[in-house]
Amino acid sequence: MLSEHAEEILEALAIQIEEQGKKPLDLGAIRDDPAIEELLKLGYIRKDADHIHLLEKGKAQAQGCLRRHRLAERLMVDVLDVKKQIINEVSCKFEHLLHEGLEDNVCAILGHPRVCPHGKPIPPGRCCQQKEKTKFLKFVSRLSELEAKDKGTITYLHSKDNTQLQKLMSIGILPGMPINLLQKFPSYVLQLGQSQFAVDKELASCIYVRLVRGS
Amino acid sequence: MPGLSPKKVGYSDTLEIYLARLEELLKAKDYKISKRSLELLILQEDKEILELVKEKEDVNFNLIENLIKETKANYAQPVSYIISLRRQQEASLIASRVMSFGKSPAVSIQERISRIMMNPFTGGPILLFVLYYGLYKFVGTFGAGFLVDFIENKVFGNYINPWAIKAVAKILPIPFLQDLLVGEYGIITLGVRYAFAIILPVVATFFFAFAIVEDTGYLPRLAMLVDQLFKKLGLSGRAVIPLVLGFGCDTMATMVTRTLPTKRERIIATLLLALAIPCSAQMGVILALLEGRPLALVAWLGVIIFVFLIVGYLAAKIMPGELPTFYMEIPPLRLPQFSNILRKTASRLSWYFKEIFPLFIFASFLIWLGQISGIFNVLVKILQHPMRWLGLPDKAAVAFLFGFFRRDYGAAGLYDLKKAGLLSGNQLAVSCITLTLFLPCIAQLMMNVKERGLRIGIAMSIFILFFSFSIGYLVNFVLTILNISL
Repeated sequence: MLSEHAEEILEALAIQIEEQGKKPLDLGAIRDDPAIEELLKLGYIRKDADHIHLLEKGKAQAQGCLRRHRLAERLMVDVLDVKKQIINEVSCKFEHLLHEGLEDNVCAILGHPRVCPHGKPIPPGRCCQQKEKTKFLKFVSRLSELEAKDKGTITYLHSKDNTQLQKLMSIGILPGMPINLLQKFPSYVLQLGQSQFAVDKELASCIYVRLVRGS
Repeated sequence: MPGLSPKKVGYSDTLEIYLARLEELLKAKDYKISKRSLELLILQEDKEILELVKEKEDVNFNLIENLIKETKANYAQPVSYIISLRRQQEASLIASRVMSFGKSPAVSIQERISRIMMNPFTGGPILLFVLYYGLYKFVGTFGAGFLVDFIENKVFGNYINPWAIKAVAKILPIPFLQDLLVGEYGIITLGVRYAFAIILPVVATFFFAFAIVEDTGYLPRLAMLVDQLFKKLGLSGRAVIPLVLGFGCDTMATMVTRTLPTKRERIIATLLLALAIPCSAQMGVILALLEGRPLALVAWLGVIIFVFLIVGYLAAKIMPGELPTFYMEIPPLRLPQFSNILRKTASRLSWYFKEIFPLFIFASFLIWLGQISGIFNVLVKILQHPMRWLGLPDKAAVAFLFGFFRRDYGAAGLYDLKKAGLLSGNQLAVSCITLTLFLPCIAQLMMNVKERGLRIGIAMSIFILFFSFSIGYLVNFVLTILNISL
């Protein structure tokens, strides 16, 4: 298993690639870190005078590190209600524990989120593609995957399509609001405060809900 | 309210900095809204506002655009989402200070009925109930049957027409002008009579029934039930409103397609209205035509529903553009207020007469012109060929030609043929199908062109012309080859 520091480096490389295109990472202060040696041995990175570069072989690993970090952030915000200011700090420690299947379970609990609380994309895992339903309790789920009569609070909205967000916002569907799914066929009917709305499946899948049970 | 100053909603420090920088860039003084609202709308990239700002701030507009970009770079979510979140927070805070909710009582009776309406298993029978009593019984039997009979035969037949014919004969001693006013297809004897005796009662009863259904809050529930089906036709559940209105008046319904959000939905809805939704006037006559011929009625209904679905499905496949999304508030069910219903019916009727009545008169005029110039005879001769392909008597050509001027004129023309015993069950079914699908009445054609533009309006009409005859031909062909008599 990789050391925590090696994972941090891979994560930094993944972010670098995601945000600035293919730029190498400046070696700087980590020049003599043993984690560099570890990654070089595994063939995940290449080093020149001042920079390290992510190699093809390390790509999946790096994506995984980034995924675990952002899932950890999501877990902190959606389920554990950690204050925004310390999310990053706590998540940085937590992410290293999310190994060996735990990662996919956390992903399922969170309703296979697409973005972290800062709106950055979470690289999808194998579990996100599988259609089968999770057997254990979910905490956060897309509205489209809830059962009729489920209750919860909207945690966030997410869609690639900006106009879909606009539509939901225009009828007052916003994070923090208690929501109650009345029926899901043939359309999704939801109770929101004193009002009821009908939306189609596409819009319902933009709404992420933290479930409230047994009330 | 005087004495109360509006509360300013503060945003995050980051956003406030950009708002302040934006304020410095905005030089023009004559915006009609407050600077702060303007700045917030600019950062949310409101299209109209950006255009306005571009016009007024030509020097600074580039800087403003850059500032918007810079602001957006700070957020992974759209700026409008960030702003809405903050406002929602503030609104909840205000509400929480002054509002409290008691334990909500058990599900109310209205809520129970509402759920039954939205349940796919009980919703279907309810829809049939509404259609049967609202459309068939009230509009069909009472409006198109009893009222039409009364106004047409008693009021016009006994009083107005004889009086008008006498009066015109006295005042206007020129025969062909007399024909224009009170002849077989005269403005008064046909145009005005049709408008008041056939269309008015049918449309008035329809608008009345529609207003009741509308005011109870049933329509959004229906929209929610049919959304998945309509998606296959390239429409969203929202389109159920213009389509149902089309059963009253397709022309008005075409105008109401404006409420649909995308151009693609508007075009598909317009096409379906023109092709497969018979208006109340037309339906009244068609139901009368097919009376006592249950098999022909079933064939007509089956083919029209089939065409509606298949054309919608193909149109959705072919048409490029944004896919429809469906979202709609479901208001609580209410008992409609009688005064509201009367007001709505009256305002729709007055629209109808303002917009459509002149077209009636115009149509009568065209028929008169076509008759005295002999153009109609030529057209009737030409139309006789397609009539034969459909297995219809030559005389049906007249009905079809008039059908273009008013779809219901055409159907009424067929009614005369039926009464004369000239049409078999097959012929009745084929002619009713073809006439229902056939070109929209001239008023609707004009509305299509007005709403959808000349190119699409004309292309649609040409398509419908060929399509309706092809389907008529096909139905006749299948009935003949399978040796079926309806």
